[in-house]
Amino acid sequence: MAGTFIDVELTDEARDDAQLAQELEDTCPVDIFANREGRTEIVEENLDECVLCEMCVVAAPPGAVRVLKLYDDTSLER
Amino acid sequence: MSILLDENTPFIVQGITGREAVSLTRECLDYGAGAQVVGGVTPGRLGRQVHGVPVFDTVEQAVEHHGGPIQGSVVTVPPAFTKDAVLEAIEHGVELIVIVTERIPRRDTAQMVERANEKGARIIGPNCLGVIVPDVIKMGGIGGPAQDASKAYTPGPVGVISRSGGMTTEMSSTLTAAGLGQSTAVSIGGDAIIGSSYAELMPLFEADDQTEAIVIYTEPGGRMEAELAEWVRENDSRLPIVAFMAGRFMDEMPGMSFGHAGTIVEGKEDTAAEKIARLGEAGIQVAEEISEIPDLVKQKMGATA
Amino acid sequence: MRFFEYEAREIVKQAGIPVTDFGFATSADQAREIAERIDGATVIKSQVLTGGRMKAGGVQFAETVDEAAEHAEAILKLEINDHVPRGVLVDPRAELEHEYYAGVVWDGIRKQPVMLFSDMGGIDIEEVAEKHPDHVGRAHFSTLRPLSDFQAKEVIAATGVTGRPLTRITPILTRLAELFLERDMTLAEINPLGELADGSFVALDAHMDMETEARPRHKKLLEDLGVGSEETRQARESTEFELAGEEVDAMDHRGVAGNVTEFDGNLGLVIGAGGGSLTLFDAVRAHGGDPANYCEIGGNPSVRKAAGLAKLVLEKPGVDKIAVMMSIVSNTRVDIVARGVVKACLELGYDPAEKIAIFRVPGAWEEEGFKILDHYGVEYTDRSVSMHEAARRAVEKIPSSA
Repeated sequence: MAGTFIDVELTDEARDDAQLAQELEDTCPVDIFANREGRTEIVEENLDECVLCEMCVVAAPPGAVRVLKLYDDTSLER
Repeated sequence: MSILLDENTPFIVQGITGREAVSLTRECLDYGAGAQVVGGVTPGRLGRQVHGVPVFDTVEQAVEHHGGPIQGSVVTVPPAFTKDAVLEAIEHGVELIVIVTERIPRRDTAQMVERANEKGARIIGPNCLGVIVPDVIKMGGIGGPAQDASKAYTPGPVGVISRSGGMTTEMSSTLTAAGLGQSTAVSIGGDAIIGSSYAELMPLFEADDQTEAIVIYTEPGGRMEAELAEWVRENDSRLPIVAFMAGRFMDEMPGMSFGHAGTIVEGKEDTAAEKIARLGEAGIQVAEEISEIPDLVKQKMGATA
Repeated sequence: MRFFEYEAREIVKQAGIPVTDFGFATSADQAREIAERIDGATVIKSQVLTGGRMKAGGVQFAETVDEAAEHAEAILKLEINDHVPRGVLVDPRAELEHEYYAGVVWDGIRKQPVMLFSDMGGIDIEEVAEKHPDHVGRAHFSTLRPLSDFQAKEVIAATGVTGRPLTRITPILTRLAELFLERDMTLAEINPLGELADGSFVALDAHMDMETEARPRHKKLLEDLGVGSEETRQARESTEFELAGEEVDAMDHRGVAGNVTEFDGNLGLVIGAGGGSLTLFDAVRAHGGDPANYCEIGGNPSVRKAAGLAKLVLEKPGVDKIAVMMSIVSNTRVDIVARGVVKACLELGYDPAEKIAIFRVPGAWEEEGFKILDHYGVEYTDRSVSMHEAARRAVEKIPSSA
């Protein structure tokens, strides 16, 4: 489920990338990503804590992670 | 000119690897001419970098790496380690120490100040956001990220001294919007004992050609405002002063502190009402609202010109 | 943090300053046992953290053990300035030759502690200082170098005290000054310091205040005295609402969203930061508003915490709307605060546009914050609207119901 203000989308390919799962978990300052046995899981209760730092977007390959701002229908991606 | 620092003041950040210190470092590097943050100190982190600033284990290493005296330090280490960090800085010739850390017991602050006095160093804070010379340099988190600080602060004739970090920016922004820039704005800290009080900074502003008026933010608690009033009377200052007093409601609630640790009312002279009276006696106008400050400053500057 | 007299006397005793053979009791039976041990005339003193004990009847004299127990029974039930006594102190009644005053406080201007002494003890030192300044001796002392007895001696001698009292009181004042520093006190006072018929001295009442920030350093002492970490010892006891505010702030370690104080009014405040909150609280009252609470947001708290604080205020009985106002923020982010207060409304099933009377938080990330508020139709202003004007608008929307 999305947060009230923020949602995060991952491509299936990115979700199953074990190395990326660890990287996202380490990178996010507000713990939105958790590495669950090599698979990235979104920690829903932390979504609204997102500080829009884009560090997850940068850490992942282009197009793999999108941060959606639900209050103005824009997103952070590359 | 400015007081305390200028674009050529190199400084270090003690506790540079902490969450707040990392962003503070970025902000200082980005603001104005770009601060010369010549090193950071976090014990055990020698060899790392924070936004390109080399990290050392000791102040001594930082000084050695810099190859000359380091004038300033911003201290943002946890309260239990602050005194040691400050004594270390003083020992290695640092002259201006901005202590950001909150919740430091008075004994520690008194010890740091006593040592600083012995060695001719100056302490700003604790529990402060630091010093800013608009468009030139900032030392500490004052004003926040460079683009935010630029919105609130502009160069000009008003010296700002405030016991609240946030209100330093609010007042400066109000002055800026009215076309009154600032020479230097100093967040002096919200504790009961601080390194530099209003009266201790006044001689510096007095000697600064750019400064033509002073704006201060004050609160209940302590005798610092009475000290300022005495200073003004004894020194025939050329600088008109406009004050704003927050926390008037606290006069009805003796023994409780709000906002900052230093607001605890421990004696008769500590109340808002008493302070307003004392400042008034010394010819310091006390504004009822922040928005009145620019006009009061302009009137007073006009009167002395 | 203020200590009860029985605790303060224990601290004094631990520092090597002579005290009477007092005891602390929480029941009449315990008081009787102590009186039996004392085996003579006693004084029964209410243990409350407020002044005016004597006037309120919280100090009684007893000749016999039965009388001591009776007084204890009555005093234990006697509320003084709304304070329920923690217990009673049972003290042997001392025949005094003379009463002195010894104290240590901080001087925030000199940034050093100062020793105070007067040969006119038993009364308020501020009164003595005003009316009989030549009977008060004082001297600042170093926080870095060890104290030497001569410093206390000079302070005492300055009041004209000489002979045996001078030599006997000197080490007492030195020890008091040492304990003041070692224990991180903000006030350490012995009043009266009594001179007995045999020429010895004894602390008959003591007032000690420890700096709250230093409590973690004195765990052992506080544990020995039985002071729990939950005891804040503020000037007034925390209300349930205030304790709930502390819980909100303790949700995580990011920033502050708390420091809540309860008031009787109807205007819910979600305000910050330190100085900003003081300014805004004054401003609301200056415009005739009636605040339901004081609080502080600062240091960039999590959305969760900001929401928790807003919810707490919104749910307070009598509160219909909240005003969200801060001085220009630079560390705290506008969008994070906006998310927090909007979320609080939504989670309580309210329309944020309805419940948030005004949002005046300019500064870092304001463009992003304003987008959120636009989306939910919440009224907001930028820095061009002053804090006092924002407070005026808040009061206009939430007039005092009193």
